[in-house]
Amino acid sequence: MKRPITRRRVLRGMLDGAAVSVALPLLDCFLNGNGTALADGKPLPVRFGTWSWGCGMSKSIFVPKKLGADYDLPEEIVSFKPVRQHINLLTNFNGFRDAAPNLCHYTGWVIQRAGSPPMTNLDRPGQTIDVTVARRISAGTRYQSLSVTATSDERDTLSYENATTVNTAIASPLALYEKLFGAGFQDPNAPDFKPDPMTMVRKSALSGVLEDAKKMQASVGAADKQRLDQYFSSLRDLERQFELQVTRPEPREACVVPTKKSVEQAITGIDAEHVAARHKIMTDLLVMAVACDQTRVFNMLYSKPFSGTTKNGYDKPHHTATHEEPIDERLGYQPNASWFTRRAMENWAYFVEAFSKVKEGDGTLLDNMLIYGTTDQSFAKIHSIDGLPMLTAGRAGGRMKTGLHIDGKGSASTRMGYTALKVMGVDVPSWGTQSNSTSQEIGEILA
Amino acid sequence: MRDSSQGEEARRWPLIAGGVAAVAALATVIFLTREPSLPPNAGSPARVRLMTGTQFANSIHYMFGPSIDVGSAFAPLQRVDGLLALNASQVSVTMGQMQDFQRAAVSIASQVMSDGNLDRGVPSHRDALVPCKPAVATQPDDECAATFVRQAGRLLFRRPLSDQKVAELVGNAHEAAASLNDFYGGLQVVLESMLINPQFLLIEDTTEPDPERPGQRRLDGYALASRLSFLLWNSVPDEQLLDAAEKGELYTKSGRKREVERMLASPRLESGVRAFFDDMFGFDHFDSLTKDPQQYPTITGATLQDAREQTLRTVVEHLLHKNADYRDLFTTRSTFISRALGPVYHVGAAPGWTPYELPADSGRAGILTHVSFLTLHAHPARSSATLRGKALREVFLCQKVPPPPPDVDFSAVEDPDSSLKTAREKLEVHRSNPSCAGCHKITDPIGLTLEGFDGAGQFRTTENGATIDTSGDLDGQPFKDAVGLGEALRNSPALPTCLVKQVYSYATGGPVNNRDPMLKVFERDFAESGYRVVDLLREIALSEAFSRIVPGPAVPSKALDPAAPTEEIEIELLTALH
Repeated sequence: MKRPITRRRVLRGMLDGAAVSVALPLLDCFLNGNGTALADGKPLPVRFGTWSWGCGMSKSIFVPKKLGADYDLPEEIVSFKPVRQHINLLTNFNGFRDAAPNLCHYTGWVIQRAGSPPMTNLDRPGQTIDVTVARRISAGTRYQSLSVTATSDERDTLSYENATTVNTAIASPLALYEKLFGAGFQDPNAPDFKPDPMTMVRKSALSGVLEDAKKMQASVGAADKQRLDQYFSSLRDLERQFELQVTRPEPREACVVPTKKSVEQAITGIDAEHVAARHKIMTDLLVMAVACDQTRVFNMLYSKPFSGTTKNGYDKPHHTATHEEPIDERLGYQPNASWFTRRAMENWAYFVEAFSKVKEGDGTLLDNMLIYGTTDQSFAKIHSIDGLPMLTAGRAGGRMKTGLHIDGKGSASTRMGYTALKVMGVDVPSWGTQSNSTSQEIGEILA
Repeated sequence: MRDSSQGEEARRWPLIAGGVAAVAALATVIFLTREPSLPPNAGSPARVRLMTGTQFANSIHYMFGPSIDVGSAFAPLQRVDGLLALNASQVSVTMGQMQDFQRAAVSIASQVMSDGNLDRGVPSHRDALVPCKPAVATQPDDECAATFVRQAGRLLFRRPLSDQKVAELVGNAHEAAASLNDFYGGLQVVLESMLINPQFLLIEDTTEPDPERPGQRRLDGYALASRLSFLLWNSVPDEQLLDAAEKGELYTKSGRKREVERMLASPRLESGVRAFFDDMFGFDHFDSLTKDPQQYPTITGATLQDAREQTLRTVVEHLLHKNADYRDLFTTRSTFISRALGPVYHVGAAPGWTPYELPADSGRAGILTHVSFLTLHAHPARSSATLRGKALREVFLCQKVPPPPPDVDFSAVEDPDSSLKTAREKLEVHRSNPSCAGCHKITDPIGLTLEGFDGAGQFRTTENGATIDTSGDLDGQPFKDAVGLGEALRNSPALPTCLVKQVYSYATGGPVNNRDPMLKVFERDFAESGYRVVDLLREIALSEAFSRIVPGPAVPSKALDPAAPTEEIEIELLTALH
């Protein structure tokens, strides 16, 4: 395994109670001769995204026989074909619940995204990996991160700031469009830059609000102090946003502002076709969100852990199918449950391809990204969190190899999260707790 | 600024006022004769609640009129002890959320300060909503700005602004107006800042020493006004209530009673009652509910939207306009019908909403047989006896049904070679499996009775050609159909007990432990009033416990399920009954 490069430690902070060091990225992390640089020589930012689907897989037709490059594509992942070279498929990694109960469709993804199994369904994950990365790399972008769901339910999110604060998902293409390209958007490639005079006066008026938040913080109890502190920090972030809005943005070659036409028609319904239609439009918008540098961290949820996606003409939603549908003895898997997984993997392939089609620098947008894909179970029928599959896409500015199938051999699934943190410049000595604690990267996928 | 408790709107709601006034005399007697001694630990912790999306919208609409588009800036809350409202004292405001608040603030403030568009027939809002005119519209006017911020600030922050704060805001308005050459632009920026101020968005229980209990604290007058207002109106207090707080009248018996009676008689009470029941019934799930169009072609988005509204209308009519027994909501045949609901109820309906009596032979009576409950607790393409049984226990009886064991095999529910046709036959598999039986004995005998309605809430007598057996029992009370189930639920002692607990926790903004001494007091009063919800609200609002502050739990973040141990005991008792 490649040893981490020496880093200049300049910032010290706290991460969920554990002391960590945050390192500034070195140019050689991200510039490796593959042209991952802007025309003026500034390094292109490396972005981080997550993607998720619900209810796992059918192992016999999902896990390739061949390891390493040019892995075979069993029928459940046959849709990877055009983008296999961009995708790492990680199989046979385990989630360890230790003393915690196996909370159906919950324990698995919480371990993969926050490093520890929850004790109850009310036990929120704490800071999820996307938030940790966002705090490292998102300064200076309009949005610290964006969470998006194709399910049309804004509660469907896997992103948590902390144990009490959830990052709600944007649930409609129109809402995502408005957030990205509606009021307040500044086209980085616009020939003229004219700061909005309202923004300057807004910034000035904000100082009194900040003072009031501080005053209120002093008057409340200990638990509410934390919440007021978060309120205050969010106001501070808003202040920085105002500053950003009066600063001319750097040109972004890959940024092409989409038209509103594509999002004007509401897409309702949770059958796989409608979910895919929303997923496609929202993916295309996210691609431009990244290309136009509106955010450097995002989460896309294709289907939630208790996947409610339906198949027209079939009476059970995805999650119900995984439990109630018998295994077809001839096929060796549940045909309808597998039908849903295949749709999920088709959408994943679309997602990856969309980022790979946009040219940036001498490569593509995907070359400057790391996308981490998770699900909640391996075999949903019995809520297994052994042998969890994970996905990655993108070369993270040259730090990652792609196109590989890796066998985790039953090791901790948190190794992928730890690897992602390292790649994104979050220099933690380990990640996860108890049996899920790891300081072992998945070296095979590091360049 | 407008006051919707007066004028036209008040005249639109004579029934509420009349109904409430009719019971006022009785309530007065109860209040004045109630024993003064309260349990020493009665009260609730001081909390800081984030305003909910509906409270935000109600407040803006109350202050600036219903034509202001408030958008949807608020993240959904997560249920705590059965209520979304209880999560409001736990959530924080993330940066993303703050950006959404700011965007909403810009939109609202620009609408309030808009000078209209004559070409499009849009009236000028500023003329109606800013109570003065600047000497010159392109220049600052400190006097007019002060008038506006003082008036708007008092309502938004729910207490008067200090002179220092007024001066600061006027200074901001001045600076912005001078910079923009626009008085209203300057005022817009100040209003924007007020709309993201924590004093508006966070409802803080500010306290003062309690003169009745040396060494203890109680809500101060303004915090009490807010607690009353968000409970009864789900919105900010009006000028009159703030005046009463300012004069200390909310801590005199006659002053508090006068204000509570006024609030109960106000048309704004409907907003409060709707908000509570929408929350308790879990109706927020309608926002994302869909049905399989192939399986249920007559069910559209409009059907589901109207299903929610039908039940809320029934609740308002039954509890407020008729001032009827809460328990009878589960047996009443009186409801309302709309055109979109017509096909499900097999009745033609005129446009809009019209009163409707469920026919005796319809198989329906009470809100359990409304399309709302039946569709919300079912799958997109089929019904679910288990989900319905679970929901009935959790929503109406405050009992908790544990989740299924993680390794259970449900395949028998869909055995292609089996002759099992009805849900009852299929679920029998679970009830004969020891690891499943415990919970399914709790949910199925009631859920299977509702199998007389499919996943879209349509009445049926057969499933896959087999006659549906709708017999069942609720904690030992047998019945033969859904109408009987409604009667059994109506007579369950846990039904009013659950409502009392939910209303009291909603009123005080956080979970209430089952051992809270006030629950017994309110349960007794509720029973004595004939289970009138308006009386329950009055009792709570007038009680000393409502305004008393007691120390909170040591680790509030872990207080998400303080009632869990007692709920488990309840379930064990229920299981033992079978």
